[in-house]
Formats: sequence, structure tokens, C-alpha cells
Amino acid sequence: MRHIISILMENEAGALSRVAGLFSARGYNIESLTVAPTEDSSLSRMTIVTTGSEEIIEQITKQLNKLIDVVKLVELTDGEHIEREMLLIKVKAEDKVKEEITRLCEIFRGHIIDVSEKSYVIELSGDSEKLDAFIKSLEKMKIIEVVRSGVSGIARGSRSLEV
Amino acid sequence: MELTGAEIFVNSLKDEGVKHIFGYPGGAVLHIYDALYQQKDVEHILCRHEQGAAHAADGYARSSGKPGVVLVTSGPGATNAVTGIATAYMDSIPMVCFTGQVPTSLIGNDAFQEVDSVGITRPCVKHNFLVKDVRDLAATIKKAFYIATTGRPGPVVVDIPKDVTAQKCEYSYPKKMTMRSYNPVVKGHPGQIKRAVKLMLSAKRPMIYTGGGVILDNASKQLTDLTKKLGYPITNTLMGLGAYPATDKQFLGMLGMHGTYQANMAMHQCDVLIAIGARFDDRVTGNIEKFCPTAKIVHIDIDPASIAKNVKVDIPIVGSVGAVLKEMISVIKDGKATPDKTALKEWWKQIEEWRSMDCLKYDRDSEIIKPQFVLEKLYEVTKGDAFVTSDVGQHQMFTAQFYQFDKPRRWINSGGLGTMGFGLPAAMGAQMANPGETVVCVTGEGSIQMNIQELSTCKQYNLPIKVINLNNRYLGMVRQWQEFFYQNRYAMSYMEALPDFSKLAESYGHVGMKIEKPSDVEGALKEAMKMKDRFVFMDFITDQKENVYPMIPAGAGLNEMILI
Repeated sequence: MRHIISILMENEAGALSRVAGLFSARGYNIESLTVAPTEDSSLSRMTIVTTGSEEIIEQITKQLNKLIDVVKLVELTDGEHIEREMLLIKVKAEDKVKEEITRLCEIFRGHIIDVSEKSYVIELSGDSEKLDAFIKSLEKMKIIEVVRSGVSGIARGSRSLEV
Repeated sequence: MELTGAEIFVNSLKDEGVKHIFGYPGGAVLHIYDALYQQKDVEHILCRHEQGAAHAADGYARSSGKPGVVLVTSGPGATNAVTGIATAYMDSIPMVCFTGQVPTSLIGNDAFQEVDSVGITRPCVKHNFLVKDVRDLAATIKKAFYIATTGRPGPVVVDIPKDVTAQKCEYSYPKKMTMRSYNPVVKGHPGQIKRAVKLMLSAKRPMIYTGGGVILDNASKQLTDLTKKLGYPITNTLMGLGAYPATDKQFLGMLGMHGTYQANMAMHQCDVLIAIGARFDDRVTGNIEKFCPTAKIVHIDIDPASIAKNVKVDIPIVGSVGAVLKEMISVIKDGKATPDKTALKEWWKQIEEWRSMDCLKYDRDSEIIKPQFVLEKLYEVTKGDAFVTSDVGQHQMFTAQFYQFDKPRRWINSGGLGTMGFGLPAAMGAQMANPGETVVCVTGEGSIQMNIQELSTCKQYNLPIKVINLNNRYLGMVRQWQEFFYQNRYAMSYMEALPDFSKLAESYGHVGMKIEKPSDVEGALKEAMKMKDRFVFMDFITDQKENVYPMIPAGAGLNEMILI
């Protein structure tokens, strides 16, 4: 099962490596990991997408909680939540496909943010499945580069992760 | 007044109440050693290897309950200490290890004696710090001690670059420490405790299984009170020996791979298992699929991550063992329910039957010295009152089986990491923490050579430790496995070219003894124990082929023991 764990942690040097080290030392999977400071610069917010049985996810959350730098965490997939990922994709855009790329962009609500003679850069955000679908729809064009941000997420409604 | 980082370091230790530190100097910590030199409150013990220093601090902590403190230099100083840090980590021992570091301007430059100490130690510490500014030094030291000694204890490394020890700032040591990201639970959930007590009192075939957590939390009294009150059988893990008096009839001995038949069978057949400060280690459970098939399990532990890690439990209680046991005793007192006396009588009858198998029997008429015999005699001669450290292997298991520990903190061994070379330096720490007490190191000719250089430290500080070297010229436990599982192919387990240990000890200025006949064992032990102010190295030439029984082979359940 896929799980999203959101973590508030001290914005200290080495905090990221403690989390990454924990996952590799104990053999847990990381599908994606994103991290950046919050509005309070002493705190970082990390989102980890991982897979595993209920028992493994329970151990992962317990082991994460045990890290001294971890202030709080929540498993987003436990309740209603929103997840978003951003995609930057560079595709070859020659005359005959330019129009189709533009149309696909509109359908997926992406933006063309860079135009050159031979390529477009498109920005698109959404859940991971939407990004997958968009990339798939571009498959018959020549994809030059794909950059994905990894998932970040937030709980819906009154549920929140704060100090 | 402004102080240098080195002076702040020393003052912080003083204000933390540290009396002894174990270490080894080097370039990156010279400012600190200079500051230590100019004061008298903190005594530094110079070990002969950083691993020895870390184990000594560990033995100090285990025997006294106070945090062990280590000071080593950068690079090889730090890497040498890693085995000692990992040993403390696996057994949850409170320790603070200070490592010197190259100056901040050189970090990352592959400077002389530079190593990423924080990176190297990260997986084997409770937490670690790199201090980059002298203004953070005192608070970081306070945090280190706070983290090391609270919750589930463990080692904390503080890496201090050399320039930080020279910079100056105002000194003030925080009196209290609170951290928003670290608040260990102490009290157990009252509802869970009530539910647990109800289940415990409903048991027909109860079993109490306790580990090192009871000793770490100084909860022996509460454990003993509760166990006596319930009248239930109890077993201790290797790390938990001494938490409950071994000479009491409710005690079934150690459990696990080399545990007693009665303890393992009672585990296997119990209907309610009460696990206290123990972590269901693989050496304890045997094959997890076959573990306690009929039991409902109560698990008390301060570390939530220990609960349901290996074994599913029915009633988890997160909290300090002492506080939870105290609460349990009062819930039992206030309630009407009592243990089921009739069922318990039947259960004890069955247990006594198992006990009558006498699973620890060995050849008492042997012409060659049996290791078990030495330990039985050691127990008698020291009246069960010594601090006993051990290394790792057969001698460790024999000690756990044959020396009966009635008090906590008397049995000091590397249970989790299984570190050979632990025994002698740990004994130094135990002796420093308990001057005037009898400290014995039980070891083998393999293990002792892994930190034999510490004989020199023992001389320098007049530590009157008694070393019991069970010398069978084999790496005994390796040889035993090769006999059982590799058709007697003794690959690299025979020790050739051994020194004459008694002469070696003498050359360090100690008393050396060589004992070759069973009839000399008791006399020699008595003679050695009489030498209260001397370090005595006793080299017992023992049976080469003796095995540790009983034994649960890998993959088997607790009810599938190999008996002699």
C-alpha cells in the first residue's frame, strides 16, 4: 500500500540525512521525498511517499517519531487529503506537433513556460496519476527531459500538522 | 567573564556532575586536554585505545546508572570509538562521547585526521551534534546529557571542531532542558494498565519475561514486589539478569537460545505473557512463527518503536517500567481480583517437572577444568556479590547460566552488539564507579586479546580487577557451531601462538596465575580474591570441547531445545 507521511522537523543541518539514513538502514522504501522550510524558518516540512504493509508503516512512523529532530508527523493517507506534484517537461516541438502539444496542455491545464525554436517547456501540477497520464499522452512526441518535484500533501478540513 | 570553548567544556562537565571521563588525547582535543590539566574536579582516565575508553565509560554507566563520558580526538580517535558507541547503542546505555574535529575552516577538505564523525556515528547513536559556534557549546552539552539519560537511554556524540575550543564567549550552563521535538513518555496509560492487570489476573499459565529495561529504569524493586505478589514464574533476558533475584524459587533462569529448559518451555506454553522492558530479540524468541503460540501478550516499554516490532502484542503500554509497575501494583491492591490459585498450582507443578530435567548439568568429575565449574566456584567464593563483566562467546553464556545474580547492575555484558573485547575495559569502568567492590571480568583467550592493551590502564590506575580467562584455545562459540552445523570443520576457530597470559600480566606489573587442575580452582580463586589491592589475571586451562547447553538451533521454536 502507498502511504504519504508528512513530517515537521527541526530545520537543522543533517536532519534530512537522519531520515534518509533511517530508511536505508532499516530497508524501508522511499518512492519520493520532498523537503523545504515552512513559514517558521526553524521548521522544515517533509513529505515522504512510501509503500509497505500496515505493520511496516507503523514501524516507519514510530521510528521517524523516535528521531530527535522530528517534532511531529502525520500519515496523510489516514484521512482526507490533497496531494500535488509539479512536473516540468521539455518536449521537442516542431511545426506539425506544436498545435497538438498546446491542445494537450490545455486539456491537462498545464502551461507552456518556455518556447524555443525546437522545444517547449511545460509546467503541470496535480496528483501523481495526472502527471503520469500527461507524460503518457506526450509519449509519441520526443520527450527531452522530465523533472518531477515529488509529492507534497496537506490534510483537508480541520486536520492539520502544526506545532 | 569570557571563557574559551575548552574551559566551557570542562565547566559544563563539572556543572553536569561528571566526576570521571575516559579518553585519549590527540591534536584536535589539545585545548580541551590543557583545560582538563588545570583543574581537579573532573578526573580523566587514560585508556590505551579509544575503543577501550568507550567500553570503560559504558561499564561505568551500567554499573552505576550514571552516564558514561568519553573524550577522543578526531579521525581515528572517533572511528576507534565507534564500536564502543554501537555497543552502548544496542544495549541502550546512557553515554556522551565527545569527539574532536578539525577546525571548521578545514571541514570537508580531507584535512589531517578528518572524518565525518557525525555521519559515521549517525546510525549507532540516539542523537549527535556538530558544534559550529562556541556560543552553542554549553547548551549542546546539556542537551547531550539530557537526551542520553532520559526516555530510552543511549549514546550521544558531540563533535567539537578545534577552533570552537579556542573561541571565547560568556559561560552559562542551562539548569533545565526542554525540547519541543523530544518529550519521552513516563507514565503509562491508566486504561491500558487496568486492562493489562485484568488479563494478568485471569491467567491460568502466566509468565513474566523481563529485560534490560528494568535495570535501566532502576525498577528491580517494583518488579520483585509485583512478581512476589502475583506468585508467577519469571525469566530474565541476558540483559535483564539481576533485575529479579536469581536465587528466588520463582525465577526460572535466563530464556532464549541458551536459556534454561524450564524458562523456554514455560514461555512456549504460557497463556499470558507479561513482557517488561524487553524487546523480543531474535536470540530470545527463536523462530518468531513458533513463538508463544497460545499467549496473550502484555508489553511494557518506554520506546513505542519496540512495541509490535517483532511480535504482535495484545496490550501495549508505553511508559517507564518503574512507573507502570508501581501503578500496576496499586491497581492490584485496590481491586478485588486475585491470581487463580488452583490453576497456578497446576502450572507450577508442570514447571517443576521441567526444572527437574536439570538442563544445566555437566560432568562434575572431569579431570579437565570445566568452564561451568569455574563459574560455580566463582559464585561461591564471591558470595554472588561481585560486579561481573564478560566478553562474548561461550564464557558469556556460562556466566549468565551459572553465576546467580541477585542484584541489578552486577552483570555487565554486551548483549545486543555482542562485542568481543568489551569485558576488560568495562570492568575498568565498573571498578572506577565502585571503588572497594569486587569486580571480575570473565573472558576467553580470544576476547581478551581484543583489548588486552588495557592491562596497562589497570596498572596506571591501580584497578584491582580479577580476570577469569577461560582458556580453551578455541573461539569456543564458533567452534561449537562448527561442530553442530559444519561437520566439525573448525575453520579459523583454533587459537595458535597464544601468549603465556600469566607472564604477560606479570610484565604489566600484575599478578598472573595459571590454573590447570579442577582441584586447584577454588583455592586459586580464594587466593586471588584475597588480594584486594592487586589486579590478578587468572588463566584457567579448560576443556577444549565443552559446549553450551541447552541450545535452540537457528529456526527452531523455544520448545525445540537441544539438551545435553
